[in-house]
Amino acid sequence: MNAVMTVPPAAIAAEPIVRLDGIERSFGLVQALRGVSLSLKGGHALALVGESGCGKTTCARIIARMDTPTGGEMLYRGRNITRTGTAAEEKAYRRAVQMVFQDPFASLNPVFSVQHHLARPLALHGHARSKAEQVKGVADLLNWVGLEPSLTAHKFPHELSGGQRQRVNIARALAVQPDVLVADEPTSMLDVSIRLGILELLARIKQERQLALLYITHDIATAAHVAEEVIVMFAGQMVEWGDTLSVIGHARHPYTQLLLSAVPDPDRPFVAGDSARFLGHAEEVRRLSRPSSTEVNKVGPNHFVRALGAMS
Amino acid sequence: MNEALLQIRDLSVDYFLDKGAFRAVKNVSFDIGRGELFGLAGESGCGKSTIAYAITRLAKAPAWVAVGEILLDGQDLLKLPESRLQEVRWRRIGMVFQSAMNSLNPLMRVEAQFHDVLRRHTGSSREKSRARAEEMFKLVGIPASRLTDYPHQFSGGMRQRIVIAICLALKPELIIMDEPTTALDVVVQREILEQVIDLQRGYGFSVLFITHDLHLMAQLCHRIGVMLRGELVEVGDVRQVSRAPAHDYTRKLWGAIPQLPGHPPVKDAIA
Repeated sequence: MNAVMTVPPAAIAAEPIVRLDGIERSFGLVQALRGVSLSLKGGHALALVGESGCGKTTCARIIARMDTPTGGEMLYRGRNITRTGTAAEEKAYRRAVQMVFQDPFASLNPVFSVQHHLARPLALHGHARSKAEQVKGVADLLNWVGLEPSLTAHKFPHELSGGQRQRVNIARALAVQPDVLVADEPTSMLDVSIRLGILELLARIKQERQLALLYITHDIATAAHVAEEVIVMFAGQMVEWGDTLSVIGHARHPYTQLLLSAVPDPDRPFVAGDSARFLGHAEEVRRLSRPSSTEVNKVGPNHFVRALGAMS
Repeated sequence: MNEALLQIRDLSVDYFLDKGAFRAVKNVSFDIGRGELFGLAGESGCGKSTIAYAITRLAKAPAWVAVGEILLDGQDLLKLPESRLQEVRWRRIGMVFQSAMNSLNPLMRVEAQFHDVLRRHTGSSREKSRARAEEMFKLVGIPASRLTDYPHQFSGGMRQRIVIAICLALKPELIIMDEPTTALDVVVQREILEQVIDLQRGYGFSVLFITHDLHLMAQLCHRIGVMLRGELVEVGDVRQVSRAPAHDYTRKLWGAIPQLPGHPPVKDAIA
């Protein structure tokens, strides 16, 4: 199970496992992604933050190869894999990159037990050859994600809570022994009180298994809990990115500032008569943030901001 | 604010299961004043939505209100015959649920959905409904020209605003909002809730706001009740519940919310 650990962490961290370079994706007239470039490194987490429709899920789907870009390049361990490679290469890539989806209720098959969900990928990918190995493998995975095997393995999805199901989903992804984990809003359908536990689990997996983690969310506060680096996206474009603490602590782009100001804060009650001002402000920020500029400014050692629209 | 609009007295709700009755709400009592924003917080399964369903008498088998009173202006809703419920639902108590944005009829133009509700409850003519719909759209910040659009032509946040607009068109005294913005992103969430606050001041309705996000609730509500496994473990003024929570569980709930680390709360980015 710890095969990934045998490679010295530093060696993995040095070169990105997956790299996107100027990725474009258009659906007819709609440009969903405009020049997205990012690197996923072992033992390192990157958060992709933005509103519904900003392109963050399209980006995840491209990385998971559930969608193909219309422009730009995609590299896996230095090899260009933008166009479909050989069947073997394709299979190796799909094994290396695993996804955890938003809806823990829809992503498990209701007629199969937890044991089945985890034993199958173990067997299919040759990580468990005998029945005994499967049982042990499943128990190991469940322990990994903080579930007690004797209480969980025989259960069906409907017998588990949302948080437990999401843990099974994470275990399912780990069963394949991937080196990249793409988590698309893994906590947004869970209770606030469950979220931290799942985020901590993802952080621990990243650390101990030296996985590259891509964490996708609209909640910039949770991004800070998991990821060393963050990319703020708006309308298919990266508007601000770099070290999470720098981006959050010294946000330069108005859209990042808007996102931060909208994080619920109990010390700042809403005031009646304020909505027109906030709505007007949000609208103005969206208008200003529309893609138009290719100019990017470096504002910190690892902190970049796209210049505002050059159209005006 | 002094006079209670809604009084929940000793309410218990059971779910009948194969293994026997499961008590989802246990002897819960609280009041909501006129024009008050009251929040009910707690995790999934704590019974907060069950209370919302009980108030509107939407609790269907296997749910069963075992004991208690739900008084709206002194009148017990639980004793009201089914035939008279229509005078209360939507007319006096409006509801906005998490999935409300998916509860619009996909085959009807939004204008027709306004008319459907207004005709049914007030016998309004098509012209009157149109005028009211235009007025409501303006209030929630959507151009009236879009009334002839179908639900799929709007974003999730806009659809949720349309449901709030339809709800307000009947001028209810109480609006129950059960996780109204949980499916939306933070900026849209704030846009909608700021509007709710404005509208509340204009119309003076009371709100029962249900969510698991205490931070958000504290920004919106005057008073907060915290539920744990069917029981109301703490009720109090928003300041007291946030600054000096009396119950252990309330403290835990506060501590469980992911916050921005190393970042002083943005006091007001636009001020």
